Amino acid sequence: MAKSDLLGGSLWDEYSDKVTTLMNNPLNQGEITEETAVANGHKLIVADFGAESCGDAVRLYWEVNPESEIIVDAKFKSFGCGTAIASSDMMVELCRGKTVDQAVKITNIDVEMALRDEPGTPAVPPQKMHCSVMAYDVIKKAASLYKGVDVDSFEDEIIVCECARVSLGTLQEVIKLNDLKSVAEITDYTKAGGFCKSCIKPGGHEDREYYLVDILADVRREMDEEKMAAAADAGSAGDFKAMTLVQKIKAIDEVIDESVRQFLVMDGGNMEVIDIKDADPYIDVYIRYLGACNGCASSTTGTLYAIETTLKEKLTPDIRVLPI
Amino acid sequence: MRVYLDNNATTKVDPLVTVKMQPFFEELYGNPNSLHKYGMEVRPHLNQAMGEMYDALNVPDQDDILITSCATESNNAVLKGIYFKYIAKDPDKNHIVATSVEHPAVLDTLHFLSEYGVDVTLVDVDENGGISAEAIKNAVTDKTILISMMWANNETGMIFPVEEVAAFAKEKEILFHTDAVQAIGKVHVDLSKVNVDYLTFSAHKFHGPKGIGGLYVKKGKELPNLLHGGEQMGGKRAGTLNVAYIVGMGLALRQAAGHVEKMNSYVRDLRDKLEDALSSIADTIVVGPREQRTPNTILISLRGIEGESMLWDLNRAGIAASTGSACASESLEANPVMSAIGEDPELAHTAMRLSLSRFTTEAEIDRTIEVFTKAAERLRSISSTYAYTNEVG
Repeated sequence: MAKSDLLGGSLWDEYSDKVTTLMNNPLNQGEITEETAVANGHKLIVADFGAESCGDAVRLYWEVNPESEIIVDAKFKSFGCGTAIASSDMMVELCRGKTVDQAVKITNIDVEMALRDEPGTPAVPPQKMHCSVMAYDVIKKAASLYKGVDVDSFEDEIIVCECARVSLGTLQEVIKLNDLKSVAEITDYTKAGGFCKSCIKPGGHEDREYYLVDILADVRREMDEEKMAAAADAGSAGDFKAMTLVQKIKAIDEVIDESVRQFLVMDGGNMEVIDIKDADPYIDVYIRYLGACNGCASSTTGTLYAIETTLKEKLTPDIRVLPI
Repeated sequence: MRVYLDNNATTKVDPLVTVKMQPFFEELYGNPNSLHKYGMEVRPHLNQAMGEMYDALNVPDQDDILITSCATESNNAVLKGIYFKYIAKDPDKNHIVATSVEHPAVLDTLHFLSEYGVDVTLVDVDENGGISAEAIKNAVTDKTILISMMWANNETGMIFPVEEVAAFAKEKEILFHTDAVQAIGKVHVDLSKVNVDYLTFSAHKFHGPKGIGGLYVKKGKELPNLLHGGEQMGGKRAGTLNVAYIVGMGLALRQAAGHVEKMNSYVRDLRDKLEDALSSIADTIVVGPREQRTPNTILISLRGIEGESMLWDLNRAGIAASTGSACASESLEANPVMSAIGEDPELAHTAMRLSLSRFTTEAEIDRTIEVFTKAAERLRSISSTYAYTNEVG
C-alpha cells in the first residue's frame, strides 16, 4: 500500500481548479422556458436523470432548432455534490452548438477531460468519477426525448464500468487475451473498477447489472472448459502429456491391465495406481503393491523397472514410477 | 473568521491540558516502569491523572480504568475479550445485542466476530433516532452474553436509556458495555449510579489529545488482554505508558466532568439559537427531540440540498461541519444513521451535522447562521429537485 492509501485521500484537494470554480459559480445553471423556446421557433427538451434518494439528480434543458437539429441553448439544474454540479455545467457547455447526434457522442470521459487543468492530471479523484457519469446519461435521455426513441438505442454495447466506459465485450476479450486472474489485474489493464468501484461486486454505491467478479469467474470458467476440451482432444490423439488427469489415469490403467497386471497376478500379487503428480518435466505415478508383491524383493528392483519401462514405452519417456 | 462545528468528530485540546502535558516530553520523560529516578519522578503525576479519571467517573479504587490508545481499541478489547473469555468456550452463550447505530469500532468488530460463530442482533433506532429500553429487552435471548449500547449517538446526539438497560442487564446477569465517547462532558456519567460493566471513552472527544483513551472495567468482570507483551496496567494492557497523554487525559476528563453544567446551559443555549435559526429555513428537518439530545449536537436535513455541496459552501466560508452523506465519504455510502431512522431515503443524502463545544462563541454561531442561510439559498437555486418538489407532487 502506498502512503497516500494508508492515510486516505482528501477528496477536495484533488479537484481541479476548473471543478472548484464551476462548483462555486456554475455558468450554465438555470432553466429554459417553453415560451422562450417557442418564441424562437425552437423545440424545448427537458430531461431528468437520477433521484434525490440516490444522492444525485440532474435536469437538462435543451433548446433545439428543429431544422438544423442544433442545440442552440442549454441549461441545467442539479442535486448533487461539487463534482456533479461542475460536470453538469461542463456537459452543458459541451452540448451547446452541437447537433443532437453530435451531443449524444459526448461521454462522461469527455466531460472529465474538459474539466482538467493539465491534460495529464485527472479533474477529480477516482471515487468521484461516478458523479460525472450522470452528465452523460442525461444527454442520452434528452436525445431520446427529442427523437422519440428508447434511451438504449444510443448504446450499442453493454457498458459494465460507466466511469471508465468499458464494455462487456472488451472485458471478456482482455481477460482472455492476457490470462487475467484478478479484478485488480482487470483494473490495471482496462481501468474498469478503478473509480467508484460499484461495478466490482454487489454492495457498492449503486446496483449494476454486471459485476467484474462475475464476468471474471464466467470467462475463467469458459477458459478452463476450453483448455479441458483442448486437452481432451490432444489426449484422444495420443499425446499423453496433454491429457487431462482423468485421461492420464485411464491410459495408465489400460497399459497396466494390458501388459503388467497379468504377470503380477500369476505370482499371487497385484498393484494399484494411487496418484499421479505433475513433477515437471516428469510425471510421477505413485503405485501400491498388493498381495505377494507387497514386500517382495524384486518389487523395488526388477518388477519396478519392468513396470516403469512399459509405461515409458507406451505413454511417455518422462514417467517415473514410485512405489509407496 | 473560522468556525469549528465538528466537535463530535474531534475537539481542540484545552490550552490548560497542553500546558499540563508540556513537561513530560523533555524533562519528565522517564519510563514509569523503570526503577531509577527518571522513572520514579513521573509516577506521582500518573497517580494523580488516574485519580482524576476515577473521580470523574465516580468509580471505586477496586475497579479498573485501563488506558488504551483510543476508543476503537477499548471497544475491540471488550468485544474480542468477551469472545475469548466466554463465547469461544461456550457456544450456548454466543449472542450479543447492540444497536444498528453504534460506531464502526463496535459494528465492524461484531461483523468480524460473526464469522467466528458470534450471533449478533442489531436493534434499530426509531424515527427520532432514539432507542427504547424495551427494544433492547426484546432482543435479548437466553443465549445473550453481552449488551453493547452507546451512551449517546455521534450523529444525532440522541441519548440512549443507559440506566434502564444497565439495570435490566444486571437483573438478567448479562454483561453490559457502553461506548460513552459522545456522552462524557455532555451529560453526567456517574458510574456509582449506572451499573455498567464496561465503558469506553476517548480523550480527543473532550478536549484532550488524540491517540489516548480508556476502558472502565468493573471488578470481577475482567477480560483477556487485547494486547499482550508487558506488565503495564497491571498486566492487563501491555505497552509503555504514554505519560504525557495520560496526564493530559486526566486533566481533560476532570475538566469535562466539571463543565457538564456549562455544556447544558451556555452551550445548549448557543445550540438552541443555531437550531432555531436553521430550522426556520423552509423544508428542513432536525432529527430527534432537543431535550433528548446531547446539548451540543444538531443533525439537520435540508430538502433539495446534497450534504456534500452544503459542506463545500460552509467550508468556503471557513465553517467546518460534517455529513455522512453519499458523496462526502470515501465509502460513498449514505449516512447510516439516517438510513436507520428510516425517513425518506432522500434525507440520507441531505443531512448535515453541526456539533458545538464549550469553546464555541456566540459570534461564531451568528456567522454560521448567516453563511448557512445563504448557502441554502444558493444551492436550492441550483437544485434540480427542490424547485420542483411541489410540481412533481
